[in-house]
Parts: sequence; C-alpha cells; structure tokens
Amino acid sequence: MIELDSITKYYGNYPAVTDISFRVEKGEILGFLGPNGAGKSTTMKIITGFMPPTEGTCTVAGNDILTNSLEARRHIGYLPETVPLYTDMTVSDYLEFMGKIRGLKRERLHKRVDAVVQICRLEEYFDTFISKLSKGFRQRVGIAQSIIHEPDVLILDEPTIGIDPIQVVETRELIKSLGGEHTLIVSTHILPEVSMICERVIIIHEGQIVAVDKPENLATRLRGTERVELDVKGPTREIVSALEKVSGVESVNRKSSLSDKGYSSFEIEATRGLEIRSDLASSIVNNKWDLLRLEAVGMSLEEIFLRLTTTENDTNKTGNMSVGEVSQSE
Amino acid sequence: MERYLRVNNTLTIAWKELKIYFQTPTAYVVSAMFVMFAGITFILNVIGTNPEATVRSFVVPSSIFYILLAPLLTMRLLAEEQKLGTFELLFTSPVKDWEVVIGKYIASLVTLIATLAATLYYVIMIYAFGEPDSGPVMSAYLGMILYGAAALAIGMLASSLTSNQIVSAVLGMGTLLILTFIDTLGTRLGGVTGDIILEISMRTHFGDFARGVVDTSHIVYYLSIIAVFLFLAVRSLETRRWR
Repeated sequence: MIELDSITKYYGNYPAVTDISFRVEKGEILGFLGPNGAGKSTTMKIITGFMPPTEGTCTVAGNDILTNSLEARRHIGYLPETVPLYTDMTVSDYLEFMGKIRGLKRERLHKRVDAVVQICRLEEYFDTFISKLSKGFRQRVGIAQSIIHEPDVLILDEPTIGIDPIQVVETRELIKSLGGEHTLIVSTHILPEVSMICERVIIIHEGQIVAVDKPENLATRLRGTERVELDVKGPTREIVSALEKVSGVESVNRKSSLSDKGYSSFEIEATRGLEIRSDLASSIVNNKWDLLRLEAVGMSLEEIFLRLTTTENDTNKTGNMSVGEVSQSE
Repeated sequence: MERYLRVNNTLTIAWKELKIYFQTPTAYVVSAMFVMFAGITFILNVIGTNPEATVRSFVVPSSIFYILLAPLLTMRLLAEEQKLGTFELLFTSPVKDWEVVIGKYIASLVTLIATLAATLYYVIMIYAFGEPDSGPVMSAYLGMILYGAAALAIGMLASSLTSNQIVSAVLGMGTLLILTFIDTLGTRLGGVTGDIILEISMRTHFGDFARGVVDTSHIVYYLSIIAVFLFLAVRSLETRRWR
C-alpha cells in the first residue's frame, strides 16, 4: 500500500532522513518510533506529498507521490503533528470543507460528516467554533477530518500528544479500531504506545531506520535469549542445579532472597524461541518446593530503544538522558 | 470529470473564505472604512465650490484607498494558513496549489465588489440630484473593479510570502504605494524612462476609465498585473514547500 524506496531529505545541508526504505501492507498498523527530531515528521510529510524528497521514490496505493500526486493524495488521510484547524470555522463547517476538497459529493458528504462526528464523539460540539474547543477535542476534530473521505491510507503524526490521559486511552482505542479497513502509520515518541497499538514498528534514529519488527520480537531478537524470572522457596543450591538440568536453560542466576518468607528470586536465560516455563514449573513441583511466581520477562521498549539508538560507549552518557526524556513525556 | 472537479475545488475554497469573511469582523471593518472614505470624498465634492454630477469626483480619490483596503482583505488568506499549518492539510488533499490561490482570490474579489456595491448609494444620490452621463459611471466602476482586482492580486503575493498577517499587510501596502505613486516620478523624469515609469503606475491606467474611456490597453494592463502576481503567489507557495 505504501512503499518508500531509499528516501533521502536534506534541509539545506542537514540530512533529516537518509536512505529510508520500507513497505506497509494493506490493513497494517505501523508504528513509527523515534526521539524528537529523528525524522518521523519529515518522513510523514514526504509520504503525504507535502514535501518532496531530495532523493528516492515513494508510492501510495501504486501512485508515485511526485508524478501522480493528486491521485496518490486521494488515498491519504493525514493528521499532522500540530493539528491544523481553521479556528474561525465551526466543527461542522470545517469537516464539510475538508470532505469537499477531498472530492466528497453532497449526499455522501453529509453521511460521512455525521459518521465521523459519531466516531470521534463530537456530536455536542457540532456547531461550536473550533477556537472554543479544548486541545483534546481539537485532536478529535483532527482525526475526524483525516478519516472523513475513508482513505485507504491514514497517517497520524503523534496523535496522542498533549491530551489528557483519559483521552489518550480513547484515542488509542480509536486508532486501533481504524486498523483493518485503513492502512495506518502512527508516529510517536512514547514507547509503550507502540506495543499497545502497532503490529509492526520501525525505529528511526537520526534519520535512519535502526530496526523494523513486531514489538514483541524486537526484545528477543536483540537479547538473543528468552528470560524467565521465578520466586521459589527451598534450598538455593539444589534449586539452581535442578533448574540448570531443564533442557534449554543456559544460565541460572540467584538474584535476591525475599528474606521474611524464605523465597528466593532466580533469573533464567534460555535458548531463544523455546518455551521452558512448564518444564521449570514441573521440575520445581517434583522437588516439592514452593513456587510463588514464574514469569517470562520481555524487554521493555525503553531497553530496546536504548540498545538501538546508542552504542556501547555512550550508553551511560546520552543513553540515560534519552530514557529520562522519554519516560518524562509519557 | 476532472475539469469539473477542479472548478469545484476552487469554488469550495472560495466559498469557505467568503464564509469566514462574513463571519469575522475584519471584512466589515475594512469595507466600512472604505465606504466611509469614499463618502468623505463624495461630500467634499458636493459641498465644494464647483460640484460636478460625475462619479469621477469621488471614484478617483477613493481608488487611492485601495492601498489600504486590498492588503487588509488579503493579508489573512495565505499567511494564516501557513501560521496555522493548515496548508499541510490543504496541500495533502487532492487540490492543486493554483486552485487554492484562485479560490481565495475570488473570495477577496467578491468582498471587494460587495464593498464597491455599497458605494453605489452615492451614485444614486448623483442621479437623484443631477443628470450624470451613464457611460462614465459604468466605465468608472469597471475601472474600479479592475484596479481593485489588481491590488488584491498584489496583496495575495504579499500574503504568500509570510506567515505573519501584519507583515503581509505592510508588504502589500508598500508595494501598492510604490505602484500607485510612481507616476509622479515618471512625470518628473520625462523622456522614455519617464514614459515607462508612467506605464507601470496603477494610477495612470485608471484615469481614462474615470473619464468614461474604456481602452483595451488599460484592461490588458490590469489583467496582466493580476496574472503575474497570482502566478508569483502560487510559485512562492511552492518554493516554501520545497525548502
């Protein structure tokens, strides 16, 4: 549905994105993740045809964004980061206008305006001037205009930024529900959001793609092992040797003991792709030890993100800073 | 089909802008100001020592106020879109840049014509109390529309150059000021250079209309100004995106 082939964009001499290529299939929700200034918005502006790339080609629904621009744009719904709205217009006038310039005709136009107002729950504000709406409702109007013409491709730039937590949850639900019919690209610098709404994620850093995968795959791919944590009560040394005998286990580490109750925590690394939890459990139960907790540990997106965007050397310096920044903005 | 759609786009944009013109106070204030200026010049003629039963007496001085009127009407049109970021939506919708520019231009032109229509009141007064020639009345209004349309096109270019409405208005007024009064420099200089400068002045080409002469060369002049400045406005928007 969307295909980027070695897209490069320079602002003057400064490369905003360098040699970006990827494909998005029909009905997919693609997450576009990166710190501020990584090139997310630039890439989106290129896909939507707002800004021509310096090099490379981009096609949307089979139409080149430069040579067959108008046709490509017909397939696109777009919500830019700043949520551009005409504040002098009412919600209904605005939606009607946006529908019209995307080629909707009378009857369908009215149907669609009603539909998106319902989807984005704007009924109460139908005749309100946009200048009087709060940020969250403006965001909804922004989403409403992006889906009014039922585009095949929907591009949302930081759709949950600057709205309150309840609205964030609602917006995420809304975005999720749009997948399937629409092909979506959603950009964000909020890490957990990606695993919540996206089927596939592209991590972009300093204008380059550093990883493309499913959110859950990224963790194991980067670590190379499966990790399981468990809390058990019993003789430590024997537990370790028993667990080490379970097939697939590569290492067992005692992490800590929960002193008052006599439980100890262990961390187990196992061969990638193996499910060893049931074997671990039966091994413990066979030895008549008490099992309090048994849990597969994924890698948090923060961790992944750090691994990808910082090299070993500067992990301590810049790495921690960017984590701080990211979690703050969450 | 494609052609029909395009006209549709232009009109959709024109209609949207017109609606905003009539929902916000700017257009009313600016138009009222213009009608008032026209009224003052009208009265000055009537109470003067040698009153004429012509529209020329008030049309020529009020045309000077286009320097204020046109940029104030157009300043918002393209500058605000850049400021709000709505251009990003407009230009990722299946509309062409020139459809946007022409659509907005039409809206400002309609507002200008509506303003001129309000000054017809003075014309009615002239007919009621005098016996003016109808020919010069019509040619004067044709001239006023052409002159205003050219001034608006200049305002459109000014509006495309910046995202700040004030800057846009000042740029437009400055350009119009020069293009209006440059004729005095032309008269001073004389010779071929002077003639060329006279030809450039917007005022030079208006005189004949006010006298009741409809000369094709003057019409061509105003239409060229419109075409050139609108073309530049479209271009300026394009280059702002390419950066």
